[in-house]
Amino acid sequence: MIEIIDPERCTACNICVTACPTNVFDKTEGLPVIARQADCQTCFLCELYCPEDALFVSPFAEQPQGIDVVAARQSGLLGSYRRAVGWTKDSEHLREADRSFRLFGQ
Amino acid sequence: MVAIRPRAERRNDSNGGVSFDADVLVLGGGPAGTWAAISAAERGARVVLADKGFCGTSGATAPSGTGVWYVDPAPAQREAAMASREAAGGYLQSRHWMARVLDETYAQSNRLAEWGYPYPAGDDGQPRRNSLQGPEYMRLMRKRTKSAGVTILDHSPALELLVDDSGAVAGASGVRRQHEDSWTVRAGAVVVATGGCAFLSKTLGSNGLTGDGYLMAAEAGAEFSGMEFSNAYAISAAFGSVTKTLFFGWATFTYEDGSVVPGAASKGGRKAIARALLHGPVYAQLDKADEQVRATMRASQPNFFLPYDRTGIDPFTERFPITLRLEGTIRGTGGLRITDDSCATTVPGLFAAGDAATRELICGGFTGGGSHNAAWAISSGSFAGRGAADYALQTRRAPATSVRRAGTAGLQAAPRRALDPAQLARAVQDEAYPYETNYFRNAERLTASLGRLDRLWREVTEADAAAWPDLIRTREGAAMLATARWMYRSALARTESRGMHWREDHPQLDARQRHYVTSGGLDEVWTEPRPHDEGALVEAAE
Repeated sequence: MIEIIDPERCTACNICVTACPTNVFDKTEGLPVIARQADCQTCFLCELYCPEDALFVSPFAEQPQGIDVVAARQSGLLGSYRRAVGWTKDSEHLREADRSFRLFGQ
Repeated sequence: MVAIRPRAERRNDSNGGVSFDADVLVLGGGPAGTWAAISAAERGARVVLADKGFCGTSGATAPSGTGVWYVDPAPAQREAAMASREAAGGYLQSRHWMARVLDETYAQSNRLAEWGYPYPAGDDGQPRRNSLQGPEYMRLMRKRTKSAGVTILDHSPALELLVDDSGAVAGASGVRRQHEDSWTVRAGAVVVATGGCAFLSKTLGSNGLTGDGYLMAAEAGAEFSGMEFSNAYAISAAFGSVTKTLFFGWATFTYEDGSVVPGAASKGGRKAIARALLHGPVYAQLDKADEQVRATMRASQPNFFLPYDRTGIDPFTERFPITLRLEGTIRGTGGLRITDDSCATTVPGLFAAGDAATRELICGGFTGGGSHNAAWAISSGSFAGRGAADYALQTRRAPATSVRRAGTAGLQAAPRRALDPAQLARAVQDEAYPYETNYFRNAERLTASLGRLDRLWREVTEADAAAWPDLIRTREGAAMLATARWMYRSALARTESRGMHWREDHPQLDARQRHYVTSGGLDEVWTEPRPHDEGALVEAAE
């Protein structure tokens, strides 16, 4: 589930508040907050919609892990999914990398 | 040339909140809902789409990758595609529906290409259009929905339908959860595209999919078909949410001690996995994938690798614990019964599409991968959108002066205290999750479970209306509960094994039961067999 909004990267654009399908985030006067972590469905889509790579979703769907923001930054995982699907400027070629047709019927 | 499209008109709402007058209201903004909204708008209808979450990320498709039943129109390929899964589906498909879904999916997928969907090309340079990346696809669908002139209400779960004096559906109302106020849309027709019901099992992208549309439709009198085909379970890492039936085809499944689980397989061996899980942990390792397949998987489905990359597991060389997550009627094929080619339901003015509608017409009682499901969402969405638009525009008249709210459970004042929605959800999950009840079915356990579910329903009807912020959760719990009751009542009525429905007390397919099981009702749940067109002929000849 969602673990981190990196306060150094977040610009309070609040796109995550809008894009999260299960309404996990809340707007505030300052940066948005993870208001309902237990409602997170671990779909990772907020990461894709965050233009600043400020969010980190842990793959553990049932339990919060209490991941530390410094550790998340050092892991190199912030923004990794957005790059992998081709949603960053330097990875756009990956938008058509789907070769599933080679796996069907094998 | 840009066509100017009529938009839904916003009215002043005396209660705060927002109100619209529209021709077509679409509930749900996943693939089926967006195709319905676009198709209705293209017919000249004023359309509002209300999504429980965010149209573009809501639903089971957005976070996933999915195959698409995109088949070359050459007659031999069409015939092979239609014939390939008839046995698995228990011979309940309809050739008429399979053919028109293949046609529609082919045409609409080609439009996706025109709209800029980045389909890959094969080694021959030709495009490959039988797979879609969920985030990319649904981002594009949102954009096209908006440019079609559709008014989108995000984070606006519907709570109940509005019904006019004649019993026809005349709109719906719900709440805007980020504004904590209400919305009302008066419409000539409503398309239910709210998805299936996975009982909050955390299978990927499904936490908004709690059967809400089923409940609302049933309150207006709609019927269901195939609700016994509702026990699909998907493999995921035990700790994670990401399911991918296709990739687990390259897995070996083992017990704690490392020995292989006999008969376990992603396709055709999932019950063996469920049986093993009843006794202890089961592990998977995708060791059957060679280097080339591994590279293809990685490039094709980045989402699949998130649970492993982020926990330091190499799924090809290391084994990891797995579980089976209930997918209910998302991958199951049951849903609202549709009565004609326009995806009309049994209630005037109410149409159904996607997982909210029964998929038996093209899948029978079984769906393997997502490809038929994606094709169904595209096609039934398009059919329902056009059907709803034509219906609404033909019957367009002064908005009915008196409409009543059709909602019941959790919405009406009653003497007893309102229910705790979390407890309600857990009580339903306790009945719907267990493999012993839902996967390995028998009359005794189904009957016992139904007794508990029926009692729970009585409690729901006797409880006071829920208040904000419990309102949405209470309706979700009630919808899950109602869904479980249609499921198990239908499962009890089908005294044979067919498609995904498996009865340990009736393990064989019974040729005399090549029929559909229709169901419905809230306080009293009923079922009734309905002949399959071709099945009727077989039975008559016997």
